[in-house]
Amino acid sequence: MQVTQWSEALSSWLMGLGLPGWAAIFLVYAVGSFILINYGMLSVLLLIWITRKAISRIQDRIGPNRVGKYGLLQTVADAAKLLSKEDITPYEADKIAYNLSPVLAVFGVLMLLAVIPFAPGLTGVDLNIAALYVVALGSIGIMAALMAGWGSNNKYALLAGFRVVAQLLSYEIPLVLAILTVVLLTGSMRFGNIVEMQSLHLGGFNLGLGWLGIVMPGALIVFFVSSLAEAELTPFDLLEAESELIAGFHIEYSGMKFAMFFLAQFLNAWILAAVAVTLFLGGWQGPGVGLPVIGPLLGLGYFMIKVYGIYVLQQWIRGTFPRIRIDQMMYFAWKVLVPLMIGLIVAQAIIQKLPTPVAVQYVLIFIANVGVMAVVAFVLQKYFREEQMRTKRSFEPSSLIGSMQVSEKGTMY
Amino acid sequence: MQLPLGIEVPIPTFEQFVFIQVALLTAVAGLAVVMSRNLFHSALALTLTFFGVAGVYVFLEAEFLAVSQVLVYVGAIAMLIAFAIMLTRSMMYGRTSPLNNQWGKSSLFAFLFFIGLLAFARATPWPAVGEEVVADEALIGALGREFVTTYVIAFEVLGLLLLLALVGAVMLARDR
Repeated sequence: MQVTQWSEALSSWLMGLGLPGWAAIFLVYAVGSFILINYGMLSVLLLIWITRKAISRIQDRIGPNRVGKYGLLQTVADAAKLLSKEDITPYEADKIAYNLSPVLAVFGVLMLLAVIPFAPGLTGVDLNIAALYVVALGSIGIMAALMAGWGSNNKYALLAGFRVVAQLLSYEIPLVLAILTVVLLTGSMRFGNIVEMQSLHLGGFNLGLGWLGIVMPGALIVFFVSSLAEAELTPFDLLEAESELIAGFHIEYSGMKFAMFFLAQFLNAWILAAVAVTLFLGGWQGPGVGLPVIGPLLGLGYFMIKVYGIYVLQQWIRGTFPRIRIDQMMYFAWKVLVPLMIGLIVAQAIIQKLPTPVAVQYVLIFIANVGVMAVVAFVLQKYFREEQMRTKRSFEPSSLIGSMQVSEKGTMY
Repeated sequence: MQLPLGIEVPIPTFEQFVFIQVALLTAVAGLAVVMSRNLFHSALALTLTFFGVAGVYVFLEAEFLAVSQVLVYVGAIAMLIAFAIMLTRSMMYGRTSPLNNQWGKSSLFAFLFFIGLLAFARATPWPAVGEEVVADEALIGALGREFVTTYVIAFEVLGLLLLLALVGAVMLARDR
């Protein structure tokens, strides 16, 4: 049973009750978006709980365990506390920008939920330009950060706002290029098509393991790293480093408005994980999704397992990696990720024009990915060794990018 | 719909109703851009105008254009303008007047431009519906093909222009 069939059945039932056609369709869409938005909002309660539990375990603590079973209701209690806090507006703040910014931040993130394919047929809109839509809506979040920084009438908030814009704009480029590799391979920007492409049929049975991340691990890694930066997660959380900047651009916000920024940030991390899963890890594909009745349910299960898996991975990185400096952040985006991605795209475009069967092209793309990553890792290693020798600061831990490149060689991430 | 005084008011269809809202949003935001006394608010209103125009594109079933509009205008150009305003201190805090000593001339030219647009709009045979547009990936592919075949020179010149701007920015910002 697909959602489109449900919505058609619902709208035809409403029309049977005597509603005009447009009203029935409007009502069905309203109900759909109500469910989707509330799912997004409520899932944040779970996301924050996962984050706190995961980081506590990494830091050898227990984490929240008092409110509810396993502390599951801790976030609800926190939300109630935030709701009851005083709403402070700074002196001479720009009222419009200050009050609009948290709303825009949440809006920009919630709009992304519309195109995420949760299961076969379970997607808000299967937009034919979904990949571009995801990129375009990122700019709303940037605008919100800028408005918050400027509207707070606080120079630290303003400076942090500039830093946010610098980081988000820089990492948008490798992110877009990584999405482009998928679009180049699948020939479609529709998330539905991209997920469909990642099936793997074996004797008429859909194994659902033709994940694009297997074909192009380089693009997957670049997408994951840039999505960490886009979601302002460690190691790219220098935007709201508590020890240095207090909270970054939302320093002046309190109560519910602060909670909205918080919500937007957690949901953004989850949605970027969902986009990564859709593009590279097969979306809802998995063994047995082609089955008639339980297929879609299995698909939803696979999708959620993958997305929450990526989310936990993000939190794992958050618990283990140190924070990088702003110059390292810019360096890594512009001199490492962007050239890497451009190299990958050029290689892939050439390979896809070769007169060979598709399977051979996939193998060649995989080889190109590994090759380009190896070259970049080699160059980086050389650079950091030279820099270490030059600055002779051997007592400092080797910079983050150096350690990241080691992990790239060892494991997937 | 019949109003008491015998005035006939056509009931808008749902699409017209939504279009009126989008058009009003665009127009009011555009007005706010020029009327606002605070330059930063002008920039914000300009962003809203860009969104409204994207909404109009959606009505014309040009979703690709609409999303590109948001990506380029909201994501880059509005951000650039906001930056430029925020980094010029006197503009940032001053309450500027929306009028300067050239308001007479500019309003005359704006009016003439409006007359020209009106004449143009009246001369166009409405509804200007041509052949059905394939609103799908095929359209994007065709667009890309046009860029590298028919309009390749314009495309290359644009790329060169952007490269020059990039080089210029690096020249301005480098250490001397």
